[in-house]
Amino acid sequence: MKKILLILSLLLTPVFATATEPMAPDELVRALTDEVLEVLRTDDHLAQGETEPVVRAIEKLVLPHFNLRRMTALAVGRDWRDATPEQQERLVDAFYEMLVRTYSNALTEYRDQRVDFRPLRMSPDDRSVRVQTLIIQTGGAQPVAVDYMMGKTEGGWKAFDVVIAGVSLVTNYRSTFQREIRANGIEGLIKSLETNEIPVDTGTP
Amino acid sequence: MTGKRGSRAALIALACAVVMTTGCASRPHNPDDPLEGYNRAMFAFNDGVDRAVVKPVAQAYETAVPQLVRTGMGNVFGNIRDVWTGVNNLLQGKLEEGMSDVMRVAMNSTFGIFGLFDIASEAGLEKHNEDFGQTLAVWGVGEGPFIVLPFFGPSTLRDTTALPLDSFAYGRTAIDHVPTRNTVTAVRLVHLRAGLLRAERAMGEPSDKYAFVRDAWLQNRRYRVHDGNPPVDDLYEDFDEEVSGPRHLFDADAVADAALTKLEFAEVAAVTNDHSAMIEGMRR
Repeated sequence: MKKILLILSLLLTPVFATATEPMAPDELVRALTDEVLEVLRTDDHLAQGETEPVVRAIEKLVLPHFNLRRMTALAVGRDWRDATPEQQERLVDAFYEMLVRTYSNALTEYRDQRVDFRPLRMSPDDRSVRVQTLIIQTGGAQPVAVDYMMGKTEGGWKAFDVVIAGVSLVTNYRSTFQREIRANGIEGLIKSLETNEIPVDTGTP
Repeated sequence: MTGKRGSRAALIALACAVVMTTGCASRPHNPDDPLEGYNRAMFAFNDGVDRAVVKPVAQAYETAVPQLVRTGMGNVFGNIRDVWTGVNNLLQGKLEEGMSDVMRVAMNSTFGIFGLFDIASEAGLEKHNEDFGQTLAVWGVGEGPFIVLPFFGPSTLRDTTALPLDSFAYGRTAIDHVPTRNTVTAVRLVHLRAGLLRAERAMGEPSDKYAFVRDAWLQNRRYRVHDGNPPVDDLYEDFDEEVSGPRHLFDADAVADAALTKLEFAEVAAVTNDHSAMIEGMRR
């Protein structure tokens, strides 16, 4: 009898799992944060100053829960509509690689930190929510608020922006990107993202 | 004499105007930044000063002074700053936060040994960030255009008017002896700059540093003014939505907010109308 129950429950579990609601956005952020912090703490590549393996490990964890297409569209702004589907695809890839290059440096800068979670305010029919977390810094510095903008998709809740101390990581690129597009077109923006060539800004108008 | 001075002032004004207009003409207009031409020039100047003097000193400070000492220094400066934060919280009518700041200063100045240790945070008294610019904002003063000040860096017209009082308050609450005060100010600035080194390393080098810093600064400033809950504007417009045109994620919220604001205005208007009607009645 017990055996039958066990088999039954095993058979039924996946059915129930797919039938239930996707993981709540705040639970998802919490689980991911814990996993990422765990990787940062335990991985010994980082101690040797090697970021690449750690970045790839974190990427595997986190990437399925980011809406890269929406992030890129938000960073590019209005001009996104003028890009061809093929250009959009390349923009997504190039923007993502640029983010990884930029923020993998940050991993070594921000390690042993505690993360607090603020209670989530959300009503059942919300299509997007703001999950608020607080990074408690070592050494008496003021805590830093890190908010994740999460949107509901067919594949569950996915982040489309990270807001650090009120500064949106994604939309903050908009002015820069628009300027690049005005000067060199969408192709120019893709190229500058891919090559990471930094035009020297003399500051003169 | 006055005529000469006057014409010179006019000339300078004209030169500024020329710089501003030519500066603006060459790029897309940003509604937050009508002074972009001047701002870019001043930003480049500040960046030069930073590269030549401030940043190297801050880097030296970061390597030479041990973390423990830097934390202590940060706590002392933070404790002094908490006084002004508390005053501003009270000026903004936030009694609970203001009293909490007073408690923080009292605890850290005594048990925390002149502010060397931030035991108030450990005890669960949250650290706030307020200044007179934010108080003016709460009192209803608009932000005005974005301005890059020489040496001080990014600001807005509103925060610039608040700046003399803010810096007076920091200096005043610290020490009366002028050379000591100047030294402390210099050390405080170096300490603040050193605190930004880490963020700078994490940020990398964006292609248009000016635009990047301006937008980040404005977003952070608005976030502070609204105590961590800035109004969500159309940052998150859905650019992928082509069929139904631009659609705002927070449309419903925005409409609700607008309706609420209107209601509040209507109420205020009703009250003032009543009031004036009453005065009118008394006159008769």
